[in-house]
Amino acid sequence: MNNVYVAGVDMIKFGRFPNRSVPDLGADAVHGALDDCGLNIKDMQAMYCGNLMQANAMIGQRILQQVGQTGIPVVNCANACATGATAFREAWIAIKAGLYDIVLAVGVEQMGKGLLGGAQAQQGIPREGLLGSSTMPAVFAEAGMEHSNLYGTTFEQFARVSVKNHHHSTMNPKAMYQVETPLETVMNAEMISYPNTKLMCSVNVDGAAAAVLMSECKAKELELIARSVKIRASVLTSDPWQERDLVMPDVNSCTQKAATEAYEMAGLGPEDIDLIELHDCFATAEILHYGNLGLCKPEDAGKLIDEGHTSLGGRIPVNVSGGLLSKGHPLGATGIANIYEITTQLRGEAGTRQVEDARLGMTHVIGLGSACAIHILEKSA
Amino acid sequence: MGESGLRSAIDYLKIPDDGSPYLEGYVCGNCEAVFLGKRTTCSRCGTRDSMHTKVLANTGTLYAFSVVYRSYPGIEVPYISAIVDLDGGGTVKGNLIGVEPDPQNIKFGMPVQLVFADALGRKDQNGNLYLAYFFQPHTDS
Ligand SMILES: [Zn+2]
Repeated sequence: MNNVYVAGVDMIKFGRFPNRSVPDLGADAVHGALDDCGLNIKDMQAMYCGNLMQANAMIGQRILQQVGQTGIPVVNCANACATGATAFREAWIAIKAGLYDIVLAVGVEQMGKGLLGGAQAQQGIPREGLLGSSTMPAVFAEAGMEHSNLYGTTFEQFARVSVKNHHHSTMNPKAMYQVETPLETVMNAEMISYPNTKLMCSVNVDGAAAAVLMSECKAKELELIARSVKIRASVLTSDPWQERDLVMPDVNSCTQKAATEAYEMAGLGPEDIDLIELHDCFATAEILHYGNLGLCKPEDAGKLIDEGHTSLGGRIPVNVSGGLLSKGHPLGATGIANIYEITTQLRGEAGTRQVEDARLGMTHVIGLGSACAIHILEKSA
Repeated sequence: MGESGLRSAIDYLKIPDDGSPYLEGYVCGNCEAVFLGKRTTCSRCGTRDSMHTKVLANTGTLYAFSVVYRSYPGIEVPYISAIVDLDGGGTVKGNLIGVEPDPQNIKFGMPVQLVFADALGRKDQNGNLYLAYFFQPHTDS
C-alpha cells in the first residue's frame, strides 16, 4: 500500500494581523512546517494552497515568491470552510496516485470582523430580516433548534460547548484566546441569534497552517517516520439531497456520509478514536456532530456534553485545541490547523492539553454549501 | 405585479393579476420532491423535464427557528427567523410575526399561516415597493 504520512506540520498563532499580507502569513506557516521535519522548500515536489477570500489571487504562487520559486506545480483551491482540508486532501491524493513523494499543503486566511452570511440580492430588495435570516449565526442557530425540536437539546447544553472549548484553549498558546468563560458568562453574553450568544460564535481571526505530506517509502528513507503520523482515512463529501435543503443548509447528512466512509476506509469505528477536532463554528454545531460522527446517538448528544465526556480527560475529548470557538476560525487555514493539533497530540507534544495515550485522532470540517472533509490520523507504530 | 402594484420580493411568491398571492412550488413528476423556484431537473433523483408547478399551502407547522438579535447594518432587530413545513409539502423560511420575539413564546410544531403583506416598506433603487410573505400563529377561529 502507498501509505501517506504527515511528516512536518505547523500553524502560526492565530490573531489579527492587519499589517501583514495573506502570502506573509502563509510563508510563516510553510517555514514552520519545513523546519518541523528539517526539509527545504527545494524538497517539495508540488503545492496545494487553500484560501477562500482571495481565491482568485494566486496565493500559493505568491507564497512561493516569498519562500522559494522552485517552479513546482501549484494548485489554489477554495471550498468554503473546508478549503484547508481540501488542499490537504489533494496533496494526499497526489501522493496516493504515485505522482510525488513529498507535497506541501497550506491553508491561509485573513478575516474581517463581523457577521458572515449569504450574498445579498443583486437586484430587488434585501431579504435579510424580511424572509427570515441568512446570517451564519442564524443558520446554525436554526440547525441547533432543529436538534432541540427532535431531541430536546437545551440552550444550556449548547452553551456548555463554549465553556469547554474556551477552557481547553487556556492550555493552547497558539489559540486566539486563553480565557475561561463560565456557564453564566456564556449564557449572559450578548445574544446574537438564539440560542447562540456572542461567546458561542467562532472567532474571526487571521491564521495560517501548513503540512508536509510524504509517502511511506520516502519517510523511511529520510528517517522521518518516527515523528510522522499516518493518514488512515481522507474523505470529502458534498451534501446529499435533503427535504429542507433550500431553506436549511444541511451540515448533518454530508458529515454522516463522510464519517461512515472514513471509518470504513480506516477499518475502525468511533469507539477507536482517542480525540477529535470537529467543526464548532457555532456552539450549536458541535452538539449536532456528536451524533453525526457516531460518538453517541443523536438524542444523547446533550448528555455527552453535560457529563463531561468530550472534555480533556473524558471518554472522547473534542476540540482540545479550543476549537473554532476559541482558537479561532481563519476559514482557509482551519482544516490544516486541525491536522496540526491532531498531529501534535499523536506525537505526545501537546503539553498541558495532551490527551493521554492518544493513538488515533480525527479532524472534521464543514464548508457550508456544503462540503465535509474528514481525516483520521494514526500515531507511528 | 397584481392589482396592488407591488412587485414580488422573491421568485417563488406569485402575484396573479386576478386573485390572491401564493407561494409556488416545483414538484418532480418522478419522485415528488418539492422545490422552491423554477427548475427543470430534479436534484433528488436527476430526472429531467418532469417538473410541474404546484400552489403551496397557506398553512403549516413550525419546524425550527432562531430569534435574531444581531443582523446586518440597517436591518431592524429582533425578529424571528422561522422554518415552516407547509401542509402538503414544501419547507419555507420567513419571519414569524404576531408573537413576541422571545423563545419562551415559540413552540415547535405550532400551527402557522402565511400572510402576504408589504415588504416592510423596503424599496429598490427605482423606488418600487414589494410584496412579501410572513408567518403568523394560526388559530382555527
Ligand atoms: Zn425527483
